[in-house]
Amino acid sequence: MTSEDNYSDNNVVSKQVHKHDHTPPADQGPVTQVQAIQIAMQELLIEKGLVCAEEIRETVELIDSITPSRGAEVVARAWLDPEFKSRLLHNGTAACLEMGIDLRPTPLVVVENTSLIHNIVVCTLCSCYPRMLLGLPPDWYKSTAYRSRIIIEPRVVLLEFGTNLNPELSIRVHDSTADMRYLVLPQRPNNTENFSLNQLTELVTRDCMIGVTLPKNSVTS
Amino acid sequence: MTAQRFTNGDRVKVAEITGRRHVRTPGYIQGRHGVIERFCGYFPNPEERSIGLTGLPKIALYRVRFSGADLFKELSSAVADSIDVEVFEHWLREVEDDI
Repeated sequence: MTSEDNYSDNNVVSKQVHKHDHTPPADQGPVTQVQAIQIAMQELLIEKGLVCAEEIRETVELIDSITPSRGAEVVARAWLDPEFKSRLLHNGTAACLEMGIDLRPTPLVVVENTSLIHNIVVCTLCSCYPRMLLGLPPDWYKSTAYRSRIIIEPRVVLLEFGTNLNPELSIRVHDSTADMRYLVLPQRPNNTENFSLNQLTELVTRDCMIGVTLPKNSVTS
Repeated sequence: MTAQRFTNGDRVKVAEITGRRHVRTPGYIQGRHGVIERFCGYFPNPEERSIGLTGLPKIALYRVRFSGADLFKELSSAVADSIDVEVFEHWLREVEDDI
């Protein structure tokens, strides 16, 4: 089951307003191999009593409910509180737990952008991503193009994202190949000294926590 | 669980292990040199877990830093300055300083 599954398809929508076009919904085609495996696995797990349907639904609901605003709150707090920032960089998992965010069992490594280094996260093997902080990964993060090119020519890929970094910055790519998850701690934009926690949180986008761009209000080069 | 073999700053070479099976060591670093950036802890062996075993005892996991130019300079002039990759200890070999 993925977040793309469409439960609000045309049959459910009120038939009084008949304005939609007649392109068939994406879930009306034949079942793909991956979907067949997912359905078989789910049925087996339920049949063997390892999980129940309610637990699966609840877990999907939880995963779908997480948005990048969680990660943004962590970043904004680190910008405001130097002691929290130092704990976050030392042990990301423990610092997030202070904020009530439980990332176990995958430890979090927080990598800090500085005036010398810009960090970018990828999973070249699959799509490992700090889901408990950022929600489900965007499609481009899972694409073969991003996963292969960001390690070979990150400076070109960043330009394609519209990100013009100072060419003097070192670029460091983090490949989440095993048990760690990564969050980029971006640099706090200038002229935000008087911003509140909420105002700072608004500047922190999903993509700047993956490292393919900078927070809102950032000035490049 | 055995004591960790490498410490930060150690130079290592990643083994080349061929064969079709589940590994968490990407091909682009196999046979390449890097430097231990940090010890991450002990984790179950994913290669054994992928075939239904427990993956126990846990094995040491490190983050190893590679030079983007070392790995990819033939493919691009816009390489990363460094690439950090998680690698399990049984893939890592010691490197003599004079090599």
